[in-house]
Amino acid sequence: MATPFSFELVSPEKQLVTGEALDVTVPGTEGYFQVLANHAPLMSTIKPGVVEVTMSDNSSHKYVVFGGFADVSPAGCTILAESATHVDDLNRAELERRIQEAREDINDAKDEHAKMRAEDYLHQLTTLQGAILPA
Amino acid sequence: MPSLKDLKNRIASVKATQKITKAMKMVAAAKLRRAQSAAEAARPYSAKMADVLSGLAKSMEGREDAPVLLAGNGKDQVHLLIVATAERGLCGGFNSSIARLAREHARKLLNQGKEVKIYTVGKKGYDALKNEFGSKIVERIDFRSVRNIGYGEADVVGKRIIEMFHEGSFDVATLFYSEFKSVISQIPTAMQLIPASFPASDAGNDGSDAVAYEYEPSEEAILGDLLPRNISVQVFRALLENAASEQGARMSAMDNATRNAGEMIDKLTLSYNRQRQAQITKELIEIISGAEAL
Repeated sequence: MATPFSFELVSPEKQLVTGEALDVTVPGTEGYFQVLANHAPLMSTIKPGVVEVTMSDNSSHKYVVFGGFADVSPAGCTILAESATHVDDLNRAELERRIQEAREDINDAKDEHAKMRAEDYLHQLTTLQGAILPA
Repeated sequence: MPSLKDLKNRIASVKATQKITKAMKMVAAAKLRRAQSAAEAARPYSAKMADVLSGLAKSMEGREDAPVLLAGNGKDQVHLLIVATAERGLCGGFNSSIARLAREHARKLLNQGKEVKIYTVGKKGYDALKNEFGSKIVERIDFRSVRNIGYGEADVVGKRIIEMFHEGSFDVATLFYSEFKSVISQIPTAMQLIPASFPASDAGNDGSDAVAYEYEPSEEAILGDLLPRNISVQVFRALLENAASEQGARMSAMDNATRNAGEMIDKLTLSYNRQRQAQITKELIEIISGAEAL
């Protein structure tokens, strides 16, 4: 039986989840990673993606986050997301709007570096769209 | 001496005013509750953010390659004052106390021979500052059309500040807003945004600093990602505090106005009654003396 640890998911507007979790999957910038109890302290930025949480009552939830960062410490795991929504409440139009904006950003990019970053972001968004579309 | 009819009209008009102020007070109370819960909901995020950042900042201290948003660009010549106020008046001293703090700050800087630029967020701040510092207001934005301030609005302001910083149009940024303490007490506050400053209350988490964190991608990259976001978050927090303060200030201002109107109605009613009685007495005297004369 997995040991529970404290988990928080907060966005600037509100605290979405707070409680004991058994396992959390986080979309880190360098790749998805899974956090279990007693994970080594880690700080990572996150990319747009899906956070999957299994709470201590074995219920599992999915949240769509757009950027932010995760802080895993011995005290528990905290995700500060720039914007987070439960997968069921996600507004698909909102996602499309972001994709549209990302496309415009690419066109507006002034230098190579900015353009690369915008392209990365767009790619992450479209992957995300593909991942949750069938749901 | 106003006539009976004048007094009657005045009483009626003060009563109408009192009805309005009473209604405004109740609306403000309802909005205050909402604004307060929004401010509370935002607290964990900004607290956590400050926690993490101050930890990271400590480890970057004194390093040459520290990000400019954290360490500043080494200059202290051009100051940007971001003045966040409300969109409407009728809320007591709320707007003017923020404007006063900003004005004093600006004068002090000007006396020291520094250059001052002002970015007003909210219509009232612009109105209050445009007379004295009209030429120094480089940017203004208002959220009159926005019903509930969200993170999106704050992000617009935050991004603009960072953009201006990278263009090199200022060296130090300070944000002015009103901290919400209670319904009767809102404290105008100045907070330095760039270079980033952290509250000194972090002495307690020295223990956790000892933990060797692993960083992904790297410490510098995370800090570089977090600092701009932190600015938006701080602006967002300031806007929420402001929203709660505004409603609090309006509530107590309208409460005072309602009470004042009540006192005025009492006074006017008293003199109305006195005059009415005096008139009756006068009429009686006229009738009696007329009858006696016969």
